[in-house]
Amino acid sequence: MSKPRTMFEKIWDSHVVSRNDDGVSVIYIDRHLVHEVTSPQAFEGLRMAKRPVRRPDATLAVVDHNVPTSHDRLKGITDPEAKLQVDTLEKNVAQFGIEYFGMADKRQGIVHVIGPEQGMTQPGMTIVCGDSHTSTHGAFGALAFGIGTSEVEHVLATQTLIQKPAKNMRVLVEGELTPFTTAKDIILAIIGKIGTAGGTGYVIEFAGSAIRSLSMEGRMTVCNMTIEGGARAGLIAPDDTTFEDLRGRPMAPQGADFDKAVAYWRTLVTDDGAVFDKEIRLDAKDIAPQVTWGTSPETVAPITGFVPDPAKIEDQGQREFITRALDYMGLQAGQRLTDVSIDKVFIGSCTNSRIEDLREVAKIAAGRKVAKTVYAMIVPGSGLVKEQAEKEGLDKIFIEAGFDWREAGCSMCLAMNADKLQPGERCASTSNRNFEGRQGRGGRTHLMSPAMAAAAALTGRLTDVRELVK
Amino acid sequence: MQKFDKLTGPAAPLNMVNVDTDAIIPKQFLKTIERTGLGKFLFNDLRFTPDGAEKPDFVLNKPAYRHAQILVAGENFGCGSSREHAPWSLLDFGIRCVIAPSYADIFYNNCFKNGILPLVLPKEQVEELMKDAEAGLELTIDLQKQTVTGGNRKEYKFDIDPFRKKCLLNGLDDIGLTLEKEKTISTFEDAQKTKQPWLYG
Repeated sequence: MSKPRTMFEKIWDSHVVSRNDDGVSVIYIDRHLVHEVTSPQAFEGLRMAKRPVRRPDATLAVVDHNVPTSHDRLKGITDPEAKLQVDTLEKNVAQFGIEYFGMADKRQGIVHVIGPEQGMTQPGMTIVCGDSHTSTHGAFGALAFGIGTSEVEHVLATQTLIQKPAKNMRVLVEGELTPFTTAKDIILAIIGKIGTAGGTGYVIEFAGSAIRSLSMEGRMTVCNMTIEGGARAGLIAPDDTTFEDLRGRPMAPQGADFDKAVAYWRTLVTDDGAVFDKEIRLDAKDIAPQVTWGTSPETVAPITGFVPDPAKIEDQGQREFITRALDYMGLQAGQRLTDVSIDKVFIGSCTNSRIEDLREVAKIAAGRKVAKTVYAMIVPGSGLVKEQAEKEGLDKIFIEAGFDWREAGCSMCLAMNADKLQPGERCASTSNRNFEGRQGRGGRTHLMSPAMAAAAALTGRLTDVRELVK
Repeated sequence: MQKFDKLTGPAAPLNMVNVDTDAIIPKQFLKTIERTGLGKFLFNDLRFTPDGAEKPDFVLNKPAYRHAQILVAGENFGCGSSREHAPWSLLDFGIRCVIAPSYADIFYNNCFKNGILPLVLPKEQVEELMKDAEAGLELTIDLQKQTVTGGNRKEYKFDIDPFRKKCLLNGLDDIGLTLEKEKTISTFEDAQKTKQPWLYG
């Protein structure tokens, strides 16, 4: 009998094109997603070396990072630099024959929302994109990770990458989540436990009954933020939830091919007895709604908690980091988190902008009003998510409550377009990074789930959503 | 790609942990379609006030480090986004080697594609080199021998993947190397197409 293998090892092994004695391998890449910010230099490299794109049929391009989210955006992008990047992508996809979703296409959206939405993301695949949140696609049992622009060029030219296999980590989350605790709270709690470098060098497989019970949207939220725990890729074993989600999507296998694919996908799960280099366990019932207070996703606490005291941290580097973070965030040690008032709310990003996230927000917002002191925006993950939300009447609930309902894009997650925080402004955000300046220079970000961000919008301060809905 | 062989010079001490790629190069500078010219934006928010004046306390604004080719930093350097603009801005400023106890994976990888050596040493040794850097002493990095020589002639040995070492020493373009395996890639595709025809629409 062959040695039991993890899901990561199975996917890796099936993609090795060639391998050196030291383990450095050329691995095949099944799908490549491309966007306007990290691709121009890669296409330029191809042109200079007179190299074609090896598999245009395995490549999909979209604009998301710096497109406006205002309703009049089809009149044209006013920021000349953003416009140049979008125009450059359009020129490149035309020259190299790559399928492209432009701003006028309702399939346009955040690259990690549209891949799964189109059924491009499938179990057992290797998927890359010049964006660190490519880990999102691991929710389908695909080995998916972010790459730099040089590697984007490498994939365009060769459909492969030169890699060394990662180590295996498993995070088990068992039991049932309590009401109003979500996938976002699971992943924030995990990062709080392992730290932002805890997963460096690993691929993390998320398992256990709490993970199994998550919808595909929830699983994507968990895998999306794997990179915030340092691991380039997260994986969740594909199951009937995955297959049912994929059935009938435009780029998924059709007819007899679909059944054949499902039979193959079922073989991908980790074998009994496979060895993980590291294993972490969490009990779902212990996880409360989470909120970050610092400038790294690991600086997280339950909403019932307090801002920590850096003086009590032993490690000097960490103590200085936390001291600086509290100064930047304008918070005091010992402050109750629910006493922190906010100025803006951002609901969106590749972490939390899918239909389930928007339904969650609507549930909290229905019949209530956004606090007068708060500007709150909702940015759907794609044109199709927007269309679905409007079909369900969610947009009316949002607008009635006082939210700004916008067009699809990355928006204030990284603030490359006009959506940004002003210095000192404090934001309740469903995005994935709270680094200094991430949402605008001097801006202060608190990461949380859509339900928690909705609650904060209504009260004007960090709020325990469970108290609000009582 | 520029070769990396041996380097001697002052090292800029950036004694911070978790320096993320948003700090190395903020998002407003990602709207370029070029690889070059980003050095003037390196560490923008740490280095300049909002109106563009230099912050005199920031290490790269101090006379001794304005032309540093080596940067010494804390754990988890380069965490966050995959933006290759981070190594591009370091390189364009003139940094050819970073010394830290650990790096985020994607940043680490991106450095090698640009002729930058992201050198890993144990935390205690990095702290010693940080002191040397703060004292303005010169460090010498020898990639062939895999050594760093500190200000007091103390030698530190570092590990590096042999393939990456070869590429750095010779300035190799790995797309060219991979394309030499074109036949093997085609054979792989043919086999995959038979087993999983749905991948080839």
